[in-house]
Amino acid sequence: MGRALLVGRLAARDLRRRPAEAALLLLAIMAATTTLTLGLVLHGVTSEPYQSTREATAGPDVVAGADDRADLDALIRAPGVTGHSGPYPVIGAIVGAHGRRAEAEALGRDAAPTSIDQPKVVQGSWVRAGGVVVEAAFAEALSVGAGDAVTLDGRSFRVAGVAVTAATAPYPKVEPCLVSCLSDLGIVWVTRADARRLASPDESPGYVVNLKLADPAEAQAFDARLNHPPAPVGASWHDISEQAAELTANERRALLTGGWVLGLLAVASVAVLVGGRMADQTRRVGLLKAVGGTPRLVAAVLLAEYVVVALLAAAAGLTVGVLAAPLLPDPSVGLVGRAGAPPLTISTVGLVTGVALAVAAAATFVPAVRAARVSTVLALADTARAPQRTAWLIGLSARLPIPLLLGLRLAARRPRRFVLATASIAITASGVVAALAAHADLLDGSSALDPARADRLNQVLLVMTITLVALAAVNALFITWAMALDARRSSALTRALGATPRQVTAGLSAAQVLPALAGAILGIPGGIQLIAVADPDSTTTLPPLWQLIAVVPATVLVVAVLTAIPASISARRPVAEILQSELA
Amino acid sequence: MSDVTNTFVLQARGLRMDYGQGEGLVRALDGVDLQVPAGETLAVMGPSGCGKSTLLHLLGGLERPSEGEVWLQGRRIDQLSEKTLAGLRRHTIGFVFQAFHLMDELTAVENIELPALLAGRSPRAARRRATELLEQVGLTERATHLPSALSGGQRQRVAIARALGNDPLVVLADEPTGNLDSAATLDVLRLLDSLRSAGQTLVVVTHDARIAATADRLISMRDGAFVEATRLTRGSSVPLGELTQLER
Repeated sequence: MGRALLVGRLAARDLRRRPAEAALLLLAIMAATTTLTLGLVLHGVTSEPYQSTREATAGPDVVAGADDRADLDALIRAPGVTGHSGPYPVIGAIVGAHGRRAEAEALGRDAAPTSIDQPKVVQGSWVRAGGVVVEAAFAEALSVGAGDAVTLDGRSFRVAGVAVTAATAPYPKVEPCLVSCLSDLGIVWVTRADARRLASPDESPGYVVNLKLADPAEAQAFDARLNHPPAPVGASWHDISEQAAELTANERRALLTGGWVLGLLAVASVAVLVGGRMADQTRRVGLLKAVGGTPRLVAAVLLAEYVVVALLAAAAGLTVGVLAAPLLPDPSVGLVGRAGAPPLTISTVGLVTGVALAVAAAATFVPAVRAARVSTVLALADTARAPQRTAWLIGLSARLPIPLLLGLRLAARRPRRFVLATASIAITASGVVAALAAHADLLDGSSALDPARADRLNQVLLVMTITLVALAAVNALFITWAMALDARRSSALTRALGATPRQVTAGLSAAQVLPALAGAILGIPGGIQLIAVADPDSTTTLPPLWQLIAVVPATVLVVAVLTAIPASISARRPVAEILQSELA
Repeated sequence: MSDVTNTFVLQARGLRMDYGQGEGLVRALDGVDLQVPAGETLAVMGPSGCGKSTLLHLLGGLERPSEGEVWLQGRRIDQLSEKTLAGLRRHTIGFVFQAFHLMDELTAVENIELPALLAGRSPRAARRRATELLEQVGLTERATHLPSALSGGQRQRVAIARALGNDPLVVLADEPTGNLDSAATLDVLRLLDSLRSAGQTLVVVTHDARIAATADRLISMRDGAFVEATRLTRGSSVPLGELTQLER
């Protein structure tokens, strides 16, 4: 008990001793856990929502439609058909809601559930007399929900519910087109009686039937035999699945690519975080050993410290991730397995917490091993890892103004950190350029997307870009902080030799601006390449040249402003105190 | 301050320096007065923790006193901005540290030229001056060596050359032989003696009697205050070889 208390006290004391660093540490792990939470949600979006819908609604293998009901009755008895629902009457109707009007097919259904194609109600209830159920994607496009008033061909109805189905692709792609083949055609379900009332005296309804086959894999072959006029027209579940996938392909591609890019940035965050803390722990390890602490005690103190921060970061990351997920526009509306309401499952909580604890363990492992290996005297002397020398850069820097001289030399001391900072910015700039290109593609007019989907894709791109930039900003702050810690002795010495705090601040910032410049320049071809990888089937539309060029100064400016904060704090620490701490 | 004149390069009046507060308050300096005329080599001796290094930091503008005044060449400096103090350190003060504090990634000549570059000299002029100083400290052949490839004495000689880079008015040396063996100490003693002979104003804090013996004046410190001041007859009259035999 006494030992645990000692470990707890030492850990708490160290966290309190440097609250700003503890907060940054929390922020970095939180960025990683938030990203991971969002990633898990995105995974749900991209994992075949049509299949989930098909299972949840007992989706048919083939949907067939005909003007003459007798044609469908014959189809029900065809070889290989093992079950059916319908035929149901279907009639073309104009749906009006909130002042908008849209073309739709109204399907007459029974109030009782069926064993094949029973649309899954996601809001409200199933059809009733005077109550219409609207397909989920169509409902979103019309901005209607359960309880709202709508009109069908001028007749008033109340929205009884909102449902998803696997018997057709979500709005606006309706497959099969049974009555009308308009490009934007919604689906609503009404009772059979209401469907008959909707039909005008001179218009007879069409009919649709849902079929189950003995071998669902034969659905396409079955459908191919159907589609010979004047026989019934139909669509296999394969066709509908393809239509559904095509409908959300762009958004899913953007989310998936963004998820990967975010994941890479999170890895960079963690690498910087661990590296930064290592630079700060050497002397502390020496102090603990000097007062009789064993490597095990040192490891326990460090672990306790990191575990507290990691658990807080995991909780915060899960909360922010779950709260932020609904902000991601949902590409799979109209299908089951949407991103809008991610469940906080035990596995998600476990995985996110596990990753946070793994970061804590990794951050403990290196100093613990170092504690076991490094002599107490050396650790107390805070012997820093020897910086690397790049002679030509040192020679070049002598010809530059003081801030650039200091910045270039600082950057050259740690080439790996320079590469990490460059990679972090290059990844972000690539994401931004890819988003700009996708946006340009939408504005270009060559896109086949309808305005609603284009708007949704734009929202996806905006959210992913904001998330990317936010995570990159955290990275930039952390890299600067790690560099400031590592360079505290040389910065203090430079000030003792006559550099002003402003020059040192500018130097630390410049050390970040240089990789930012390199990263931004690399990000332009990187972004173009990213689009090519994400969407190999289409030709890449480049954003306007001014946007591409603006990425570079904008990145440099943002990084300069961001890094000025930790650089300024570091450059104002007392010179004498730092130089004295270097004495053995 | 009417009684502060320009005849002294460096002056301190009533210097007090406190660290911490309340029950944890530590008084590192307690009412120190000091006057250093141009060309004098002043040695400040005392046991560890007596406030020697703190005094040096205050005189060089690396720290601000809790109370009292510091004057450099007739100008009060303890209230100057950090930027102005940096300018003073760049042009007027040279520092020598016990731990050398050389940049590990820079060669000897690059370390020495750094203050000149910070002062805005051209790279060519800075390199020329650094080469002269390397010759002065007898390390011409070590110009392109990194600090890790130099002995302790050589490192301190590079540090001294760096302190002289901008022809400072005063050199402040903090335990310059504290990390050196006897042979290296002798090298540094010779160098400091040559600086004294050249008329360089020097303030050296040390607990090494051999260094103190080369000074014009010796001040002893204890518990943050001066306890004794002695004007030495002629430090350099004692052969340096004999000085190295003195007990610390």
